[in-house]
Amino acid sequence: MQATESDPAARHQRREDRTMLILMTPALLVIVVLLVVPLAWLSWQSIWHDGFTLENYRRMFTGAYLDTFLLTFKLSIIVTVITLVLGYPVAYFAASLPPKLSALVLGMVILPFWTSVLVRTYAWLVLLQRTGLVNKALIASGLIDRPVQLAYNQFGTIIAMVHILLPFMVLPLYSAMQKIPPNLSQAGASLGGSPLHVFMRVFLPLSMSGVFAGVTLVFVLCLGFYITPELMGGGKSIMVSMVVSRNVEIYNSWGAASAVSVVLLICVGAIFYAASRVVPLEKTLGAK
Amino acid sequence: MNKLSFGRIVLGATVVLILLFLMVPVLIVVPLSFSDTRFMTFPPPAYSLRWYHSFFDNPAWIDAARTTLTASVCAALIATPLGVCAAYAIQNGTHWIMRYLRTLLMLPLMVPIIIVAVGVFFVYSQAGYVNTLGGLILADTMLGLPYVLISVGADLRTFDRTQEMVARSLGMNRFRSFMTVTLPQIKASVISGAVFVFIQALDETVVALFVSGGTNQTLTRRMFVTLRDEIDPTIAAISTMLTALTLCLVMIVVVSRRSGAARA
Repeated sequence: MQATESDPAARHQRREDRTMLILMTPALLVIVVLLVVPLAWLSWQSIWHDGFTLENYRRMFTGAYLDTFLLTFKLSIIVTVITLVLGYPVAYFAASLPPKLSALVLGMVILPFWTSVLVRTYAWLVLLQRTGLVNKALIASGLIDRPVQLAYNQFGTIIAMVHILLPFMVLPLYSAMQKIPPNLSQAGASLGGSPLHVFMRVFLPLSMSGVFAGVTLVFVLCLGFYITPELMGGGKSIMVSMVVSRNVEIYNSWGAASAVSVVLLICVGAIFYAASRVVPLEKTLGAK
Repeated sequence: MNKLSFGRIVLGATVVLILLFLMVPVLIVVPLSFSDTRFMTFPPPAYSLRWYHSFFDNPAWIDAARTTLTASVCAALIATPLGVCAAYAIQNGTHWIMRYLRTLLMLPLMVPIIIVAVGVFFVYSQAGYVNTLGGLILADTMLGLPYVLISVGADLRTFDRTQEMVARSLGMNRFRSFMTVTLPQIKASVISGAVFVFIQALDETVVALFVSGGTNQTLTRRMFVTLRDEIDPTIAAISTMLTALTLCLVMIVVVSRRSGAARA
């Protein structure tokens, strides 16, 4: 950009950039009006109520609010760990199969991925209810002798969230593993490494970019998850998203809702920023 | 990889179990929707179309379905051209600000949906847009933009720009050269972008809970509100139809990608 006014190439480039900005304007306008402006307003609301105040934030560190944040983090960590443990072998297996078979495995991951979150939550409500299939199977197998409460609690919430978020883990893992040349592991084995040793020293480190992308995506989605905890949680375990919704819908308390939103946003922003230093943001979001 | 070791069999069996865990809940809804009892027992004691009747004979459900379909189609029709323009601009722009603007356009995927919903609700309540179809379409457009951007952006990155420059040097203006040279070659990603916007709008529930209501209630909002009270079997019928529709749409994407790949 140090070129002078008279440089025709630079002038052409500037005109080109201006055209591109104009082309982007309609999309930008939609995002700014419906997302950036409300986010700015929410931040303002959280610190301004007839003058500057930190009252809304002070409340974050007391009783119910603090419990909500801790519970949300706890559930998010549990769900992320389970999806990683379940997702890694699926992605590993799919990446090692011939193309036709791996497409079949991926298809079975992608179909639930594109099925409505509400539909899947409903399916779990049906499966886990007292007269549901899971309880019946458990009774038939003799493990329990009367139906146990599986839905409308944290257990049901975790199961349904793992089911909904598992594809978000498998897809980035698979796309990272697919790029690992198979002859690297073969080379490791031919040099005398045991399968486990080769896996730990060669394959696992090379698949870490996928692990980062998957963990980031699933964890962030967990933090803000609303539909499933609301329907499956039975009103007992209150997540951050439910606090935001209740403060607006029931109490009409924008100050509290906005402070919770800002804290949640800062958490999510920090996680995305940290992740973007390891894996490009586009890669992380690409799976979504 | 040809040797079938013991470890590989264990791995295969584990993966099959995990895949069953993924697929069964999606598929179980289908037989249940044809059950003729209120109680969602499996297998159903007898089959009937009772719950499909209960959907199609209820004007409230039909209205909700109409609202959802209208909003989804309109959002796809608006978000796709806006997203293609933005993806093209990101690909061709050189200014440093482009990187930041791209991140800005990806925000709907990063901001937790509940915060998006509260924010949109705030803007609409100031502008008197709550419970309007127009407001719903605009919100679905915003949520869908990143999908077009990702899909078309990835395609444009591998597209040979000189082709378009040749067309322009032969006297075509920029718009026409894009329409006749570039667009036909990135068609597959444009179609999949549009389909993703549609599916996202079809599935969107949280924003709709806040900004759609009255006569402009969406299907998912009505399902959510119903589910808060009871496990209504009508929802099994709706779920089956939604899943079938989504499956058809994903097929469109797969087919258009494949024919796109065949040409290239």
